[in-house]
This record gives sequence, C-alpha cells and structure tokens, in this order.
Amino acid sequence: MEREKTDIFSRESQRESGRKGKQLSGRGEGLEPQVAEETARESSAKTGLPLWMLGLGADRLRADMNRLLALLFHQGVLDEQFLQLQQLQDETSPNFVSEVVNIYFHESEKLLRNLRGLLMDREFSDYKKMGIHLNQFMGSSSSIGAKRVRNVCVAFRAASEQNNRAGCLRALELVEHEYCYLKNKLHELFQLEQQRVLAAGVRYPIQN
Amino acid sequence: MLLLHIGKPFNLRKEILGKKMRGKGSSSSKISTLIVDDDPLTRRIHKVLLTKVGLETQAVENGKEAVDLYRSGASFDLILMDLEMPIMDGPKATKELRAMGVQSMIVGVTARDLEVEKQMFMASGLDDCYVKPLTTDTVTALVEKLNKDN
Repeated sequence: MEREKTDIFSRESQRESGRKGKQLSGRGEGLEPQVAEETARESSAKTGLPLWMLGLGADRLRADMNRLLALLFHQGVLDEQFLQLQQLQDETSPNFVSEVVNIYFHESEKLLRNLRGLLMDREFSDYKKMGIHLNQFMGSSSSIGAKRVRNVCVAFRAASEQNNRAGCLRALELVEHEYCYLKNKLHELFQLEQQRVLAAGVRYPIQN
Repeated sequence: MLLLHIGKPFNLRKEILGKKMRGKGSSSSKISTLIVDDDPLTRRIHKVLLTKVGLETQAVENGKEAVDLYRSGASFDLILMDLEMPIMDGPKATKELRAMGVQSMIVGVTARDLEVEKQMFMASGLDDCYVKPLTTDTVTALVEKLNKDN
C-alpha cells in the first residue's frame, strides 16, 4: 500500500506535538516576559508560593534537556557537529540552532519527497539524479550532526550505485523512519528550551 | 593552532591583497569571503561561522553567480566553493575564475570524503579542499594563512 507521502512528516510531528502539548501547564507558555511576570505573580498570589520557588522549574527543565541530549548522543542520533552549532549560538545569533534545524527540516522533507517520488515512478531510471538528491541530504544531515540519519543513507547510496530499485525503496523507508525520530526528538528539545527560558524569566522577573 | 586536513600544501599567493580590485561597498580591512553553495543550510552555517571569527561574508547559490560577481568587478580574499551545484558546479566555476586571472584563495567544500573526488576538484585550481561543514578550527587556520600572506 503506498504511503501517503505528503503526510508522513506532518503526521508524525502532529502526533508527538499533541502528546507533548498535553504536558504543557497553563503557565503562559510563549508570553512576553512582562506578561509572564504578571502571570507568575497571579500564580504566586493564588498558591501562596514565593516567586523564586516557581522559578525552580528552570533548573528541572535544564536537567531534562541535558538528559535528552545525553540520550541522543548515546543513541548515536546526534554527534559533535550538533555541539559545534550550539557553540556558534550567541547574543548576535540567539536562535541559531533552531533556525538551522528548521532549515534542515524544510530542505530535507523536500529532498525525501523527491526521492520517494522518483522511486515510486514505475519507469524510474535516473539514478544519477537520485544520487544528487541523496548527496545533498547526506551533506545536510552531517551539517547538523544528524549522525544516525546520515549513516542509514550509506546503504541507500550503495543500492543507488547498484541501480537496485527495491534496495533503494527499503533504504528510503529506513531513512524516513530515522528522520522522523530525529525530528520528534529535536522538537521535544526545543520545547523544553522554550519552557526553560520562560521559567527562568519567572525566577528573575523584570524589576521596575 | 594545528590543523590536520587532507590536501596539497597551501600555495601562498603574496600578491592576493596587493593586486586585487576592490569592488563597490568594500570599505573595511576585514577579510572578505564569498560562500558559493546551493544548500541554504550550508550557507547559513558558514555565514555565522565566518562572521564569528571576524570575516565579512557574502553568499551566492551557484558557480555562475560567483563568476558573474567577479566579472562585475567584485573581489574577495577567500572563496568557499561547493562541489555540486546546479547551473555551474564548483570545478567549472573554479576553472573559469582562474582563467579570468582571479588569485583569491579558493577552498573547495565537499559533502563526501572521497579522495578521487577531492583530487578532481583540486585539479580545477583550488588551494585546498575540505569536507563540509567547516569547523571553527579550519576557518581559523585559513584566516591565519591569509593574515600571514598579508
């Protein structure tokens, strides 16, 4: 049965986003710092907890982020290139990592759709064109440290060089699976970062 | 700072900064770099990386745009040239630039670490060739070479 190729990436992401979305409390995620401070003060008034205690969440969230990153490195999903990207992020490029990863997602999904489109064509024979798409995808994956995605592309490339269409299709399934896993985990990481930034703002509210 | 890489020894061109033309808008003493790559991800990463070590950057999406820039009078101290690009690839663009008399440092960047591919690319007139993405160490070493030459 043909996979609904336009749905695979959005379907997987929506499933994960929905699950994670339920974990978000009503603490005003995504609010401006001033509004977040007002929300925090309201929470403090309602609960009787001091403001500083509400901000303890930032430490927990940072620990969660570190644990997730450690897991992704341990699993071989990410490599040191991801750390290089983090080191390039500073006050002049404060959202550099998420920008780069979003570019990767956007470009990769185009490339993966192109690859699937080529292989699903019954009269497909342009392995050279497929090789170009694949090389670009592998290069991009290396650029963000997506080690496991890149590694599973090796088998794909081997099948492509042998003009083995069935092998290419099997390899593409594996690549898509690894890509979806990576995308979900990075979304989870960025959501934790957003929550951490908000919680850190609560701990150190803006003083008038 | 040590740099380990695969490639022939860097061939210093002492006349690079002395003889080159300065295009419009080039007003600072910073090293100017042209990023030639069809991949927006690579362009973004290299732009931030190069800016972080103090270089001026401009980016184009294929070899023809790079050649056209030079034909219009622009010049750069360093060109980062991707191997595979539509319209005009890295080797062809490099050959054209060298045929025009361009003596800027041209460094190839490839997605694959294949010796045969690198040698073919080097033969088009590169000063060196690396697997992308470049690292801070690599860029720092390139800047040191350019400064030494200056």
